[in-house]
Amino acid sequence: MDTRRGALAVPKVRRVGFFTSIEPPPDSQRPNRSQSGPVEATTSSSPLSNSPSGNLISPVLIPPSRHRSDNLTSRAAAPVPVPGPSAFRRHLAHDRSLHVGSYNPADSLLGTSPPSSIGEFSEDSVSLFGFQRSDSAKLSSSFPNGGFDLTLAVRAPQESESRIANSSASQGIKKNVEVSGKSETVTTQSKKEKESKSLKEKTSKAERRAIQEAQRAAKAAAKGEGSRRAEDSGRANPGKAAKQPQLKKEKLPVTSSVSEKKAAVEKERKMDVPQTQMQYDDKNRVEKAKKRAVVEQTESKNKVELFLHLPQYERGNQLLNLSSNIFTLDTIHHAVYKVGLLHLAGDISGDNARCIAMLQAFQEAIQDYTTPPKKDLTMDLTAKINGYVSFLIECRPLSMSMGNAIRFLKNQIRKLPGNLSESEAKASLCSEIGRFIGEKIVLADKVIVQHAVTKIRDGEVLLTYGYSCVVEMILLYAHEIGKKFRVVIVDSRPNLEGQKLLRRLVTRGLDCTYTHINGISYIMREATRVFLGASSIFSNGTLYSRVGTACVAMVANAFSVPVIVCCEAYKFHERVLLDSICSNELGDPDAIANIPSFRTNAKHSKTMENKKNLQYLNLMYDSTPSEYISMIVTDYGMIPPTSIPVIVREYRREHLLL
Amino acid sequence: MLRSSASFILDKHLNNKPISITHSIDSPPPPSTSMADENSNPNPNPNPISAYYQTRAAHHGIVTSGWLEQAQAAVRRYPDHDYSSSPDSRRPFSVIEEFNNWRQQPDLAEAVAAIRALAAVIRASEATTMMELEIELKKASDTLKAWDTTSISLTAGCDLFMRYVTRTSALEFEDFNSAKSRVLERAEKFGEISCKARRMIAMLSQDFIFDGCTILVHGFSRVVFEILKTAAQNKKLFRVLCTEGRPDKTGVMLANELAKLDVPVKLLIDSAVAYSMDEVDMVFVGADGVVESGGIINMMGTYQIALVAHGMNKPVYVAAESYKFARLYPLDQKDLEPALRPIDFDVPVLPKVDVERSARDYTPPQYLTLLFTDLGVLTPSVVSDELIQLYL
Repeated sequence: MDTRRGALAVPKVRRVGFFTSIEPPPDSQRPNRSQSGPVEATTSSSPLSNSPSGNLISPVLIPPSRHRSDNLTSRAAAPVPVPGPSAFRRHLAHDRSLHVGSYNPADSLLGTSPPSSIGEFSEDSVSLFGFQRSDSAKLSSSFPNGGFDLTLAVRAPQESESRIANSSASQGIKKNVEVSGKSETVTTQSKKEKESKSLKEKTSKAERRAIQEAQRAAKAAAKGEGSRRAEDSGRANPGKAAKQPQLKKEKLPVTSSVSEKKAAVEKERKMDVPQTQMQYDDKNRVEKAKKRAVVEQTESKNKVELFLHLPQYERGNQLLNLSSNIFTLDTIHHAVYKVGLLHLAGDISGDNARCIAMLQAFQEAIQDYTTPPKKDLTMDLTAKINGYVSFLIECRPLSMSMGNAIRFLKNQIRKLPGNLSESEAKASLCSEIGRFIGEKIVLADKVIVQHAVTKIRDGEVLLTYGYSCVVEMILLYAHEIGKKFRVVIVDSRPNLEGQKLLRRLVTRGLDCTYTHINGISYIMREATRVFLGASSIFSNGTLYSRVGTACVAMVANAFSVPVIVCCEAYKFHERVLLDSICSNELGDPDAIANIPSFRTNAKHSKTMENKKNLQYLNLMYDSTPSEYISMIVTDYGMIPPTSIPVIVREYRREHLLL
Repeated sequence: MLRSSASFILDKHLNNKPISITHSIDSPPPPSTSMADENSNPNPNPNPISAYYQTRAAHHGIVTSGWLEQAQAAVRRYPDHDYSSSPDSRRPFSVIEEFNNWRQQPDLAEAVAAIRALAAVIRASEATTMMELEIELKKASDTLKAWDTTSISLTAGCDLFMRYVTRTSALEFEDFNSAKSRVLERAEKFGEISCKARRMIAMLSQDFIFDGCTILVHGFSRVVFEILKTAAQNKKLFRVLCTEGRPDKTGVMLANELAKLDVPVKLLIDSAVAYSMDEVDMVFVGADGVVESGGIINMMGTYQIALVAHGMNKPVYVAAESYKFARLYPLDQKDLEPALRPIDFDVPVLPKVDVERSARDYTPPQYLTLLFTDLGVLTPSVVSDELIQLYL
């Protein structure tokens, strides 16, 4: 266990640069520092992580300190910005993000951003925060801070070491250092005192909190989770953290009217933000998300290391709770709730079905929606939808297509003309949703079928993998119009979705062969065309689809059998995907641990579950490089995978015009 | 030019016919007399001889000796075909004849001929609204396309023009007459554009031909010839290897044309491509059609040459005008409407022996380096971009 933990530190380090800004309110850290306890032990890896974050954040933000501290460092830092105007600041922050590159896909330049639920103010807030601190505290304190952070990574080790030695007592240090404007000479007591005065109240709260956390951590440690939790606790004081950054952003040094402003800003931000996957190895965010969560998920015990950024929960226990809650919960519309439960239980699968179910639930929710007094429909409804979406995410991570659909819906809400009455606005939204379903999904499928059928000739052997509703429609239609062909259905555990397709095709009188993916290299000899469905296609032509698809495509390529991917254009995504790791979904590990037909030995599997050196990895998706795809059939016709960006470009333009 | 060639006879026959704008032909000519009539069946029979290759043969003046017999045999097989089933027959004006008339001009590309023919439809039409005109045009272009399903540039040209008419006219002009004249103007311009495109491609490609290089060419493409001619005029020193281009020997013809320009030329038999590939610096080919994937459909043998060139890391350049871009997406060689043509083997072939008579093949984009078009020098993947912008 411990060794594994050590490895974890690496991703953390990378991410820190980007994120630190969000979380650490100085107050929370302080208590940690002063107070030792279980927390301390966890921090062994922290010094590493300190430096990058410091580098990234502080340099730009705190110019005065720069000058001074720079003497020390020979490093060629970016030109020092003037602390003054906020606009400038923002600009800088932006720059920085560019340089840094995003480790978190959510923050990427492409415009996908983290779920609204979680604080989004990463870079700006930090930088501003630093600035503010300097105001309120003393310049002296802030100066060294900036210089220190910057130099830390690059500079001579002595200094940093000394500092680390001091600070290492608590894990929170890194954050503290930048945020609170600690100097290199952390040891100076006077400074601390100053700060502590200003933060008195908060500290106490934070302390209490820290104690709580420590207790919790102790408990968790028993399970082997201890260290991680502790870290969380050390870092996160979410509520406060969020507040502070906002202040920064607004550039109000004074905290008085902060909350309202922050809220407004947040909302604005949220509207732009398409929902994407949260990084689940980011402790603070996870903590925060947990608090707001409707669905109580228990984290699975043996997490797969490479996929820590994805939610890994134990399955099967939440459903009962949730379904009993259905009448008592009022924050979430019952239709949405129902869809969420269906997703959770796995009763709806398939991207189109999930997306349609979600949109229809939203439709219902919008119909039942009334704007609360003194609120704006656009704002409030968007917030509502955001709430629904995060609930759905808790139930099951969204697919790319659902993300696109949500983005569409939010765009529609934002574009509502201001002069519409509430009922009119609702009606127009509902009809827009209906139109989306009709045009982008139902009609698109019909067009795809028409196109794809032209590629089926008599006497062919079509191979398909798993279950895709478009592929099913194509096969049935081709059969209907009297084409003579044979179908090979390749399937795989644990979902065995191919059986559904097999049943449907056989009842309609098609000639089928059914095999598992293990037999793919044998059966591919016979095939003349491979038809695949898609969950999403990214701008570099990478196909994101049910796990196993890549394997089928590669084998087909090796046998030079053309691979035809059928995908509606609304599933295209402007992001670029290079591997199956960054963005994926983990299924229930039990599904692969237990083989149902195989004389289920409950005892046996139980003992296996408790093995700490055993992790079950049940990946749901994989990515197929574009080289293996001969053609993509979409509602815009048959296109090569290299044309996905073209469609995304055109489609989005149209999207904006809608 | 071989005056005695069979195709010439056919062409002459066509030319002798009065052209129907005058409404003089009320009854169609007897079906069995000529190939052209046979072809005008809107629902072509399963293996007609590709009209597209007929035109090419006529333009290049080279025909195989068995041409006439085979053509007539093909016609005789369907002696009592009912001509009147054509949707055009009620109308005195036949778009196909118009098209055939245009495509006799040796320098006119098929797509341009198709557009000219469609322009003639507009001129002859008595429609009074844009909608009517559009429907009429649609019908005419469908007839044209059905008349020769093997010609890609014909289809592409029709589509392109239809696209233009539906896009521009409906939006910009309220007045029907001005719209009509505008569309006609456009059609006229198209001929010039086609010639200009060739010039432009020739200019673009000059940067790629360096002194002392050896160029392999396949078939007789007017664009490629233009490129080489321009290069020769620019006093570039280069050598050309021409494939023979069986069975219609287009390569021989190109070699002769180049020799007239004092370009050093060497003639290869088609099977010697791999043998001589190591002395080649680049391969130039034309295209019958450029498809959505960025691959090309061209004279039989192009795929083979591209494969060899790719295997030996030689660049393959394609010269094609943008009106040859077609919204087609063949997945493999058999995914095309086969354009059949007669093949003369010099030695008697028993009827039991099956002969592959397809006249063209499909070269996938991964074997092509660049496409020279009037839109610029493109990589194969941009073709789809252009097509999407054009048609969506």
